[in-house]
Amino acid sequence: MKTLIIAEHNQHALKAATLVTLGAAQQLGQPIDLLIAGHEISELSQDAATIAGIDRVLTWDHAMLAIPFSETLAPVIANLRSQYSHILLASSSFGKDLAPRIAALCGVNALSDVIEIISPNQYKRPIYAGNAIATVKNSASCQILTIRTSAFSAPTHEPTASLAQVHALSVELPHSPVRFVKQTLSESSRPELNSAEIIVSGGRAVGSEANFSVIYDLADKLGAAVGASRAAVDAGYIANDLQVGQTGQVVAPSLYLAVGISGAIQHLAGMKDSKVIVAINNDPEAPIFSVADYGLVADLFDAIPAMTARL
Amino acid sequence: MNTNHLKAIVAIKRVIDYNVKVRVKADLSDVDLSNTKMSMNPFCEIAVEEAVRLKEAGIVDDILVVSIGPKNCQEQIRSALALGADRGLQVECDVSASPLDVARILQKIQQEEGADIFLLGKQSIDTDNNQTGQMLAALLDCPQATCASRIQIEQNKAIVTREVDGGLLTVEMPLPVVITTDLRLNEPRFAALPKIMQAKRKPLAVKTLADLDIKLTTDIELISVSSPAHRQAGIMLNSVDELISTLRSDAQVQIPKHGEEA
Repeated sequence: MKTLIIAEHNQHALKAATLVTLGAAQQLGQPIDLLIAGHEISELSQDAATIAGIDRVLTWDHAMLAIPFSETLAPVIANLRSQYSHILLASSSFGKDLAPRIAALCGVNALSDVIEIISPNQYKRPIYAGNAIATVKNSASCQILTIRTSAFSAPTHEPTASLAQVHALSVELPHSPVRFVKQTLSESSRPELNSAEIIVSGGRAVGSEANFSVIYDLADKLGAAVGASRAAVDAGYIANDLQVGQTGQVVAPSLYLAVGISGAIQHLAGMKDSKVIVAINNDPEAPIFSVADYGLVADLFDAIPAMTARL
Repeated sequence: MNTNHLKAIVAIKRVIDYNVKVRVKADLSDVDLSNTKMSMNPFCEIAVEEAVRLKEAGIVDDILVVSIGPKNCQEQIRSALALGADRGLQVECDVSASPLDVARILQKIQQEEGADIFLLGKQSIDTDNNQTGQMLAALLDCPQATCASRIQIEQNKAIVTREVDGGLLTVEMPLPVVITTDLRLNEPRFAALPKIMQAKRKPLAVKTLADLDIKLTTDIELISVSSPAHRQAGIMLNSVDELISTLRSDAQVQIPKHGEEA
């Protein structure tokens, strides 16, 4: 049998999350097809065909797919199910929205946030905000999985000379009742939270939206992404899409600096797989120190500007 | 269908209280929930609150709260009634229902109720699936708006702002619709004592899976549950200088030297 990956892209390039999903799919040891749905995607599809490890690139090009909605995509993908034993998506907002809709149309359950592929029907996934890890067996005829991208890596192969076959799907566009109104993307020149090498996160102790500038300054010096705890988001200091934790994004950068973050369970769930964790907090009893590789008990308004100045 | 007389169904789940530390059973069969404080899933509370606000705004006039579980999930249904929901329905189920099971049960309930708006939490904090709302929308063949941070209902359509990677996405869709709630949608109220007393007199029906002709799915089997790898507490440093030099020598990342931009 074969594996199908549903690609995420910005019309010009595949998202990093899709490449990581490809890395996970390779562990299943089956031929891999990649579905690219969108509008004016021929160049993107040709590029994708050079990625080692992809057997076929399926394309579905339609003006209505410029902003793809799950209501449109799910029925078409569900109709492909007889050809695939596994359908994989990244566990992004796109994947989380779409995968269950496909699964319900296929009459199967889906598995969310897979962090380990033990065999082609056994997996590990975090439950209870990562405070427990479930090992599950999936006996669905077509298994639908979302992949937690912080737990896998993209394949490192060079582009291949033997191009994958590009095959245009000819399907009728399902009627979608959803109308796009607007999209507000946080404009930022900083790296994206879920693919950054370094993340500097601020907590409630930062104290205000204006005070977050100390976090931004350090992040910019380090070429880092900025994150925040739920407490800082709830207090209105920073946008929710920068929230790290069970209810926000789960990240695993090489270096995570937690600044003025106490370390609530729900925050730890979102960052404890980071390679190196540094905690800076003025409370020596803060739980964040119990997961940190390096701790510094200090007032963040002294320590962070000093650090920024010395880098 | 009149915009001022809409019917809402809110599905809620009884889960471990979000402040309680999770323990894995010694035999690794599951998480140990014996003698553990249980509460309404926080995202479900937000869904109940939103339904009540739509009622207070004169948009919705009937709120049915559904929970699927053993008899004690009636406690959470009563909490939702105390917050302002009108009717409760417990679907008796002594084992863990999968997201597809829950979606199929809600689909059956919808055949009798004909609701205009379904409100669900985006995920439960126990199984962390984030699936049920999307599955229900698929089965009802209706639009879905997941991770909502703002909901407007007007003229038989919903205009919903969704939290998505990198920002916000606003979409418009006709009713009926399934909406799942994210954190910033609202801040749930606390129930006042008189409302808690009133809630005891509100109707709460009970149905069985057999009543709804539902057979539970078996495609996902829980093999074992373990504790995550424990992270060792590290070294306490004394100064910013020590921190920078330690990171330069130990961290697997490039830390810029003084004067050079990253």
